[in-house]
Amino acid sequence: MPLFSETGSTTILEPLPFADWQQRPAWPAVSLANTDPVEDLAPHVGRLRLIVLSFPKFSDGRAYSQARLLRGRLGYTGELRATGGVLQDQLPFMLRCGFDSFESDQKGFGEALAKTRTLFSVVYQPAEDDRATASLLRLSRRNVHPAV
Amino acid sequence: MPDTHFYQPKHFYQYDDYDRALVGERVEQFRDQVRRRIAGELTEEQFKPLRLTNGLYLQLHAYMLRIAIPYGTLSSRQLRKLADISRKYDRGYGHFTTRQNLQLNWIKLQDAPDALAALADVDMHAIQTSGNCIRNVTADHYAGAAVDEIEDPRIWCEIVRQWSTLHPEFSFLPRKFKIAITGSPNDRAAVRVHDIGLRLWANEAGEVGFEVIVGGGLGRTPMIGKTLREFLPRDELLAYLEATLRVYNRYGRRDNLYKARIKILVHEIGAEKMREEVEAEYAAIKDGALKLPAETIEAIARQFAPPPLPHRPAVVAEVEGLKLEDRDFALWLKSNVAPHRMAGYRIVTASLKPAGAPPGDASAVQMEGVADIADAYSQGEIRVSHEQNLVLPHVAVEDLPAVWRALGRLGFAEANVGKITDIIACPGLDYCALANARSIPVAQRISNHFAELARQHDIGDLKIKISGCINACGHHHVGHIGILGVDKNGVELYQLSLGGDVDFGKTAIGAILGPAVTADKVVEAVDALVHTYLDARSDGERFVDTYRRIGAQPFKERVYAAV
Repeated sequence: MPLFSETGSTTILEPLPFADWQQRPAWPAVSLANTDPVEDLAPHVGRLRLIVLSFPKFSDGRAYSQARLLRGRLGYTGELRATGGVLQDQLPFMLRCGFDSFESDQKGFGEALAKTRTLFSVVYQPAEDDRATASLLRLSRRNVHPAV
Repeated sequence: MPDTHFYQPKHFYQYDDYDRALVGERVEQFRDQVRRRIAGELTEEQFKPLRLTNGLYLQLHAYMLRIAIPYGTLSSRQLRKLADISRKYDRGYGHFTTRQNLQLNWIKLQDAPDALAALADVDMHAIQTSGNCIRNVTADHYAGAAVDEIEDPRIWCEIVRQWSTLHPEFSFLPRKFKIAITGSPNDRAAVRVHDIGLRLWANEAGEVGFEVIVGGGLGRTPMIGKTLREFLPRDELLAYLEATLRVYNRYGRRDNLYKARIKILVHEIGAEKMREEVEAEYAAIKDGALKLPAETIEAIARQFAPPPLPHRPAVVAEVEGLKLEDRDFALWLKSNVAPHRMAGYRIVTASLKPAGAPPGDASAVQMEGVADIADAYSQGEIRVSHEQNLVLPHVAVEDLPAVWRALGRLGFAEANVGKITDIIACPGLDYCALANARSIPVAQRISNHFAELARQHDIGDLKIKISGCINACGHHHVGHIGILGVDKNGVELYQLSLGGDVDFGKTAIGAILGPAVTADKVVEAVDALVHTYLDARSDGERFVDTYRRIGAQPFKERVYAAV
């Protein structure tokens, strides 16, 4: 399946399924089912270069939570790839949860990815893309103009 | 030149540039999605969650647009715009729902983006009014005006609205997720039958916080929510919600649509285990970016500051006189007018249930009429109640006769709020693709049968709630009399249940009375229930109190003798 990323750089490492990887935890690429416990990767995140998270159907959103935990809680900084039911209209959510590469056979996916960050100029909640929320921007605006 | 006719001082949250930008960008995103759907680039399966999270359902006959009315609060300008949109893109009327939304039933797909853009012009949207995501947050419809209020719950609804809007992690949940907030000990928001219910209360130290209730709900498996947290400090609300939603998103069932709500997760793992999971997740994030700075809370709270109401007399000779002269006015004062936190004011409910009318429907002309009345007599503000009525929150006692007459001209002055004809009904088989049976015609027949106002007032407080299928949009489980439409081999039958309640501390799921009755016998059955009550009641007892005292048997005998 075609592979996309905003920067164009993706690893060619072959990810092992989680059960196999547990036998060989030195291997730097792993593929998780959306029911696998991401917490178990904690001691290894510094070494991992690719984690693949799965969307069995595009409507099954468990991997969004896995992604946020990997990025936000475990501090994983390597490639985080979405695979399975990956459609362009999920990209605004996926980018915010910390995914940075995508396997998708949807036509026009690459063009859509290039435009995703232009869709919304405002976000309301803190996530893994470190964008300043509307609430924070309002605070700093008030501190610049205390009368407002 | 500004259109001064539409200018009203506002006493609830007003959008700023950020809110407007986001809602506008969302409309443009959806416009492109509709274009791709019409061009065949998106399959219906792929398009479905996109249209649903923009409020667009595919119903029996057409698309339906469900418009969010956050915490049920509207300005007169917004209500006029809704009238306008219903005229331009629909058939000139709309249906107010039990979740404080407005539904338009005849929208065309290609018009939907323009209708949403028109909504955005008055700072409204249809975001997340459907789909497996966090839905429009509901609140007490008397918020900001109620005598018994500890704190205006809409401050917290708005904070939750922003946090939940386009939440990147929680847009593909196992199932829909509904949050309700009340700021009064007398719960008017049914917080125990929501996925999450939040109740503001003051502890012994005088600090205000939330009781967090999780896993309530109606539908095919009705359940009363469990308290996960007795007292949550207010500034930690979003962290606690995020923790709860994360646990649900990870562990909620996805193998069976009917077992996917959070109530099933809570039921299966138990409230204790659920609390453990949520508290562990919460402990990990509570001191992070979701902690609400005092300044942020204050800035939003300021926008809900009560309107500066001038002093008006609490006792007015004209009102007292009219009360003696006109029986209908006297009854209306009793049922449709509630105390206000200020002595010279009242909260007025405009009944959208005139005898024989579909509950909750309003035409464009009626919507504009209510907007005019709100401008003249209620600070330009209107509320939508989960009982499908409209509320004028700040009416001076002096103005009650004028407001009564004006509402009367619109057909909205029926003195039946809380009475047997103030029926909640879902759209049913007349509109809905899920329904097994019709709801509206049943409501209309009951409403006609009990139309006489003096009789209704004699019967007293009695809540009838009707759903056309097991999904329970008409909340039949918590009706004093619940009526559920079922389909048996192509025949519409109606199952009766008694004793449901959403009052705080008394929340109960009604018990099924016996075999379902045919459509033409529903009125007789309800009539038999009412007569059983009238014969058995003792002084001051409501229908539901008598039922609790004497049990189902006397009701059962009389109903099945009658049908």
